Amino acid sequence: MTHSAMDAAARATPPNIARRIRGLSDRTIAWLFVAPTIFLLLAINIFPLIWTVYLSFTNYRANRPNKAVEWVGFENYQNILTDDGIWANMQATAHFLFWTIVFQVLIGFTLAWLINKKFKGNDLWTTLIVLPMMLSPAVVGNFWTFLYQPQIGLFNYAVEFLTGTPASSFEMLGTTTLAPWAIVIVDTWMWTPFVMLICLAGLRSIPDYIYEAAEVDRASKWRQFWTITIPMVLPFLMLAVLFRGIENFKMFDLVVQLTGGGPGSVTELASINLKREAFEKWRTGYSSAYAIILFVTVFGLASIYVKALNKVKER
Amino acid sequence: MSAYSITEPTLRAKWVAGSIVVLYALITLLPLVWIVLTGFKTPPDSISYPPKVIFSPSMEGYVNLFTTRSRIAADDLAALPPPETWYDQIVRDRDMVIVGPSKFGERFLNSVIIGFGSTALSIILGTLAAYAFSRFRVPLKDDLLFFILSTRMMPPIAVAIPIFLMYRSLGLSDTHLGMILLYTGVNISLAVWLLKGFIDEIPREYEEAALIDGYTRFQAFRKVVLPQAATGIASTAIFCLIFAWNEYAFAVLLTSGTAQTAPPFIPTIIGVGGQDWPAVGAGVTLFLLPVMIFTILLRKHLLRGITFGAVRK
Repeated sequence: MTHSAMDAAARATPPNIARRIRGLSDRTIAWLFVAPTIFLLLAINIFPLIWTVYLSFTNYRANRPNKAVEWVGFENYQNILTDDGIWANMQATAHFLFWTIVFQVLIGFTLAWLINKKFKGNDLWTTLIVLPMMLSPAVVGNFWTFLYQPQIGLFNYAVEFLTGTPASSFEMLGTTTLAPWAIVIVDTWMWTPFVMLICLAGLRSIPDYIYEAAEVDRASKWRQFWTITIPMVLPFLMLAVLFRGIENFKMFDLVVQLTGGGPGSVTELASINLKREAFEKWRTGYSSAYAIILFVTVFGLASIYVKALNKVKER
Repeated sequence: MSAYSITEPTLRAKWVAGSIVVLYALITLLPLVWIVLTGFKTPPDSISYPPKVIFSPSMEGYVNLFTTRSRIAADDLAALPPPETWYDQIVRDRDMVIVGPSKFGERFLNSVIIGFGSTALSIILGTLAAYAFSRFRVPLKDDLLFFILSTRMMPPIAVAIPIFLMYRSLGLSDTHLGMILLYTGVNISLAVWLLKGFIDEIPREYEEAALIDGYTRFQAFRKVVLPQAATGIASTAIFCLIFAWNEYAFAVLLTSGTAQTAPPFIPTIIGVGGQDWPAVGAGVTLFLLPVMIFTILLRKHLLRGITFGAVRK
């Protein structure tokens, strides 16, 4: 498609311009090819970041653009780091992050290990299992609120069917004790396939001859699993955890549609809280500082993690 | 490989593994099947207890999705000429008349325009840049992966704050162009990275041979590299498209009318006393269908895209 479009474009180019392009040196071509991308990255990624840093030191409010902007130094940062509400949000985020990763790693790895037994039709079933993660998280969140309805929801009905607990006796999204688990369940449903796919790539990268050699040495299957399979899949698994960790630290769309941060604020993750501050209370300067703190936190944690990952890879 | 390979799982192991995986797949697909079925239920059927598995299918959800309706008095209803179409009939049965089309069609079209627009732009710019990154010494080359990862660490809401201010002063808020540029900006670093991987795999000798044959560098790029990279370009395009298609955070904060896409719109489909679940089911089905089809078509290239090229097969 792109190819024929380029052909058409080239044919439409007036001959003198075409001749000029042909005569270009490699160096000019390199610059010509890269320039639009770099411009876009500067405009959409770098410039906004710098602006956010600037705003984080001011008391600017986006809903009052004509008010004079005052420089407030580190006041915003100080207010955020000493705010108890923010620590509650961080705890909610940590709970969500920890349990989604635990469940997704356990289920994802098990599935990958089973699929790697190469039973007939494993390709088809893998594709079907992958479907949930390709969907729009906001839309998924919306239709799960339907599945979680107390009387009529399929989830509650399934729980009643399996355990005998009446479907109308509990509200997954409306109870402070259940809501944090409700969002973990949906995220696990949606993203376990991601961990599974990466583990599967890891399992398939282990050459058969290693197992054959172990077999010759009469190592038991159990021993082979712990001394060959696990260590060789570990770098892949850690990579999956890194991606899921970054994604869930900034989780917004799925959870905001499911619970909107409620009941109370038990599922108000950092991003949801940030949205409230920035686009409902319009504390632009304050929320910019919040954004920078979140970014530095993820960046710091991810850097430490990548170092650990590289150590595992070297072994 | 010999038939007696010791690494080949036994038939029994395969059978057990297969059954567990199939069971998991069936359970995990149940919510999706359920929402698709809900699209074909009548509103009372959709909220019945116990949940109805067997029901007589109805197009009411789809009619409600695409129309706005208003309730009229029984006398006025009786005075109307007989309904002209099957969808008029469905609405009349609920003591209502169709007043006009709903916004769903427009929102869906916006998703198509913005999704395909930003994908095309990402691919055109991305392929050019990837070629330069792959074949020439260019600044930023070694920082590219770092760049992708760090832009993906920023919560979308955090990026949306300055973009919101920038777009407001440039007049790009709630425009197709603004959303296309934004999604391209978000996608482009990943696109360049993936495409660079694909172009790296094309042997340089092909182009060098073409250059010796008298092609210019530009012709070599167009006639040798592009056809070779076609598969890579196609699978990168689908990843850009899926991102733009599914994106919600930017869409909900930066668009409100003209350029609003389907994800922020679907949760606002309201019926009598809450969400109109059959209409939501219909909307979700129509919206998710393209992605499901793409996923099945692209399953072989899935891994590289979703892991930013970190895992290659």
